[in-house]
Amino acid sequence: MDALTLTHYAVYFALLALLAVPLGRYVADVYEGRARFAQRLLGPFERRVYRLAGTSADEEMSWRRYTFSLLVFNLAGALVVYLLQRWQGALPLNPAGLPAVNPANAFNTAVSFATNTNWQCYGGETTMSHLTQMAALTVQNFLSAATGMAVAVTLARGFARRGVETLGSFWVDLVRGTLYVLLPLSLLCAGLLVSQGVVQTGRGELAAELVEPQAGVPLQTIAIGPVASQVAIKQLGTNGGGYYNTNSAHPLENPTPLSNLIQVLSILLLPAAFCFAFGRLVGSRRHGWMLFAAMTALLVPLLLVGAAAERAGNPALDGLGLDQSAGNMEGKEVRFGVPGSALWAAATTAASNGSVNSMHDSFTPLGGLVPLWLIQLGEVVFGGVGSGLYGMLMFVVVAVFIAGLMVGRTPELLGKKVEAFEMKMASLVILVPAAAVLLGTAVAVSLQKAAAAAPNPGPHGFTEILYAFSSAANNNGSAFAGLDATSTFYAVALGLCMLVGRYWVIVPVLALAGSLARKKIVPASAGTLPTDTPLFVLMLVGVVVLVGALTFFPALALGPIVEHLRLSAGAGGAP
Amino acid sequence: MSQEKKTGPNRALVARAVRDAFRKLDPRTLYRNPVMFVVEIGSVFTSLLYAHALITGAGEAPAPFILAIALWLWFTVLFGNFAEAMAEGRGKAQAANLRRARREVGAKRLAGPHRDAQKSEAMVTEVMSASLRRDDLVLVEAGDLVPGDGEVIEGIASVDESAITGESAPVIRESGGDRSAVTGGTRVLSDWIVVRITADPGETFLDRMIALVEGAKRRKTPNEIALNILLAALTIVFLLATVTLFAFSSHAAVAGGQGSPVPLTVLVALLVCLIPTTIGGLLSAIGIAGMDRMVQANVLAMSGRAVEAAGDVDVLLLDKTGTITLGNREAVAFLPAPGVTERELADAAQLASLADETPEGRSVVVLAKERFDLRGRDLQGLGACFVPFSAHTRMSGVDVDGRMIRKGAVDAVARFVVEQGGSVPREVTAAADDLARGGGTPLLVADGRRALGVVHLKDIVKGGIRERFAEMRRIGIRTVMITGDNPLTASAIAAEAGVDDFLAEATPERKLDLIREYQQQGRLVAMTGDGTNDAPALAQADVAVAMNTGTQAAKEAGNMVDLDSNPTKLLDIVAIGKQMLMTRGALTTFSISNDVSKYFAIIPAAFVATYPELDALNVMRLHSPQSAVLSAVVFNALVIVGLIPLALRGVKYRPAPAARLLRNNLLVYGLGGLILPFPCIKGIDLLLQWMGV
Repeated sequence: MDALTLTHYAVYFALLALLAVPLGRYVADVYEGRARFAQRLLGPFERRVYRLAGTSADEEMSWRRYTFSLLVFNLAGALVVYLLQRWQGALPLNPAGLPAVNPANAFNTAVSFATNTNWQCYGGETTMSHLTQMAALTVQNFLSAATGMAVAVTLARGFARRGVETLGSFWVDLVRGTLYVLLPLSLLCAGLLVSQGVVQTGRGELAAELVEPQAGVPLQTIAIGPVASQVAIKQLGTNGGGYYNTNSAHPLENPTPLSNLIQVLSILLLPAAFCFAFGRLVGSRRHGWMLFAAMTALLVPLLLVGAAAERAGNPALDGLGLDQSAGNMEGKEVRFGVPGSALWAAATTAASNGSVNSMHDSFTPLGGLVPLWLIQLGEVVFGGVGSGLYGMLMFVVVAVFIAGLMVGRTPELLGKKVEAFEMKMASLVILVPAAAVLLGTAVAVSLQKAAAAAPNPGPHGFTEILYAFSSAANNNGSAFAGLDATSTFYAVALGLCMLVGRYWVIVPVLALAGSLARKKIVPASAGTLPTDTPLFVLMLVGVVVLVGALTFFPALALGPIVEHLRLSAGAGGAP
Repeated sequence: MSQEKKTGPNRALVARAVRDAFRKLDPRTLYRNPVMFVVEIGSVFTSLLYAHALITGAGEAPAPFILAIALWLWFTVLFGNFAEAMAEGRGKAQAANLRRARREVGAKRLAGPHRDAQKSEAMVTEVMSASLRRDDLVLVEAGDLVPGDGEVIEGIASVDESAITGESAPVIRESGGDRSAVTGGTRVLSDWIVVRITADPGETFLDRMIALVEGAKRRKTPNEIALNILLAALTIVFLLATVTLFAFSSHAAVAGGQGSPVPLTVLVALLVCLIPTTIGGLLSAIGIAGMDRMVQANVLAMSGRAVEAAGDVDVLLLDKTGTITLGNREAVAFLPAPGVTERELADAAQLASLADETPEGRSVVVLAKERFDLRGRDLQGLGACFVPFSAHTRMSGVDVDGRMIRKGAVDAVARFVVEQGGSVPREVTAAADDLARGGGTPLLVADGRRALGVVHLKDIVKGGIRERFAEMRRIGIRTVMITGDNPLTASAIAAEAGVDDFLAEATPERKLDLIREYQQQGRLVAMTGDGTNDAPALAQADVAVAMNTGTQAAKEAGNMVDLDSNPTKLLDIVAIGKQMLMTRGALTTFSISNDVSKYFAIIPAAFVATYPELDALNVMRLHSPQSAVLSAVVFNALVIVGLIPLALRGVKYRPAPAARLLRNNLLVYGLGGLILPFPCIKGIDLLLQWMGV
């Protein structure tokens, strides 16, 4: 690894921490209703929303009502997205006259955007009308992110409160997250991107004369539109996807090195800030740092492995006399090269973002293993906004349980005893997405037609299918590409994985929050296991890695690992 | 209990455990242990695969290989069962001893209470002990066995309780007070007592004790349930990982155009190696052994929950007397009032104490004799009238020759002096205060209206107790001394003994309030108690150890009984509770980190036909795919046997802060569990190779 790449990465993580700490404080203030400046500005609007919805900022809900409100709201959101797609042919704002999306794909897309997955089994500009893009997809970009944030905050409240039944109000959390966090941040981010030349316009397309005129092609049409605003929220809300099909590899979506840095920072910004917000909400900032440290400790080595693998290039090409001094450049933007592409790939899969600035399918086997495994770890290495935090906290619960036993006490986390119910919920959260990935992949490879949708035979094709199910069940949304996922089978199967991977996690997490809020807080003593020390970070990282490795090692062995071994043995691999 | 039980398993115990290991294969009982139940299903499944291979002549793998795997899977289940049976075996042996004490005995039932020592033969009916019911009255005379649990309502006797406690020195049981409880199966050695039966047959202390040590009523403790959930979740994860592997490998074989799907035998072997069989097989043994260690410490825990709670305790409430200090205070000095000679004071104090049978009273007499050679006098001859101590007056004394000599608590005797028309000189009160501040107990002596001076009673703090409290502090446990003394005295003794806090002038209500207050803060409180007035506090505390010498009410209210009646044992109880949890945590960590090596053994072996390149993962260079799989399975089974002693003994426990304990155990069981299997599996592989497998 060259010094320049290492500096690049060091600067990135330093900037991330620098921005995430104050943002985390702000986020905590927002949900506590203490963000004075912002509330003075937007407070009247916030109160009007509550009046319209027939609620108030002081309303409190039990975990059951909270969960019910959340599910109903998300269901309604998904339904709107589904219906807008099905009826878009008859609705306005459809200048291209696009027809209705077929039911399976409409279901897939509805679920995908409601669950913050943003898996796209369609080409945006050729499938969705402007109305669908704006009223269905962009709205969900905000609301699905705000939903995840609300759940994380609620879990933090479960730790902070004692002996109570209530956890706050879903409506208030939803409004505050959207109004005070997501909207201003996206505005800021969009402004910065526009300053870098990212397109932001109401016009549909641009006709340009070709530099090298070709017979029969008088003009080139260049798709433009409100790119910057959509890119801002899809990065910040860990939604992913992009305005353009090639996402941030497209020069109009990501024109400069600075725009690239802004975007890759905004991918991890909110998930990182939530670590610190959690620390503040539970009254122990050290715990915020502990979570941030554990996530960074998981991400950095994987990033370095990925970058090193890409740097080394493809041995199969060496024999052909190709210059590989720049590393494996297939599917990469020359502007970003190996370091920029590897960083983005790691960040976008660590966070459940899924937007790309290079094609993961073209990575070397080990370079591709990194994003795949980051997803399979359960989207807990930063993860989605809010969802990464609550996912990681489930691993913390398991780590605390095992560690607590080892010091001879009923385990406690932040003074809350971890007992059978907590273990049940934490196990569910860890178990369900893993089960969806494995079972979904097993079904797909067992069906001849579905297996054939991956055009590459052997390990690489297997990896493509495994990646699709990993991405869906963990609500990442990035695609390895290569796989043709438009068939009804994939649309439905992946849609189900997204549903299961989102709500079978959220419901246990909220139930856990409810149970925690009822408990007393045991005061800490020398006999209490400290959970904010480097040793515990190590333990937590160990648990995440071990669970992830033990669950997916056989599958990975048959995919990227065997592909890598073949490639290095010179047998000629797939890419 | 006898000490010899600590010296390892004997042959009969092992033989019995082996028999039980087979009996426990019954799926109707094994299903409660999800991990081992899965292994049993795997054993049956591979056995069927073997039968299929034999019958058709063409199994999915070579028949001897399937047989070897099937056999070792059976061994895995049996080893787990054996561990549990071994743990139970020790309890069962003990239960057999106790049963001997429970045999049917004759009893002398009384028609009604008789108030005088003149026993009238007519009132006694000879019945069998089984026919006795609650509230029956029985007469127990020297040489008789006490027919059932009860309370002495009349008489006093020395009782041999060795059948229950293992302690051969007889104890005194008498009516009234805190030593009135007798236990069925113990023997009266001298004198006689009348006992009111307090438990119906089958519900006696002995019955409960037998059920406890046998583990017959053993229920999973809360923490065990939580751990079981984690283990079940891991089992499901690995079940999914192996089941889907079949589909993946079929796809790989088809797509790769070579090899065949993984043999089912190998998949089952992989599954069993991955699921946490080590902790799954040893989990219940650890729980039973924990109870057993309590029994060996002569403590009867009424439930596993109580043992577990002992490990969680944050606050220890310790009675000063008997726990922190030696039972008795001793008189060490006479401090006369101005104008009174020391000898005069000693003389009065001795007179007041002659009839006082309390250890404090006796120590005054002893001191008077040592200092001034004052002999005991015949009080009867002097026509003296003894005024006994009462909790109400808080003084005792003697009326002789028209003198009213009193000694007792300073404020009580001072009030007496004032009532008699006198006053206590300031020097005397000052001396008393000084004593109290220094941790001594001042005893004011008065002769009518004259305050003669103060006797200095001193508490003797037990040797080594200070170090033990420091130990407790290191592991985060707060020690609170409970005493009836005034705050001055209490704080001095508290400082000398090194406790964190004290409750002075304690009454049962204040004790109960203190427990509630701590619990309100989220702390877990442990205490010991023996008297009936301790019962409410015992019932409220999370870990409540009743002394065996205590009253029936105290024993009913507590969740543990200390047969040795040694209050200091609370500290050992905490250690045993912690050790049990630690053993579970250590073996869980070990079990999970073992899995890494097993992947490296089995995955390359399983796919050698489809993807020969995967042999690069065979880092142990195991010599053939079959021996690789078999070695992993054999290791997985043997490690259970290897860890049985650890499960029964518990991991080493030294009081240390949580962070240090975690670091040590992570190093030993986490890192060790990661590394150890590699050489072991390689060794087994070499052995198999040498044997020609």
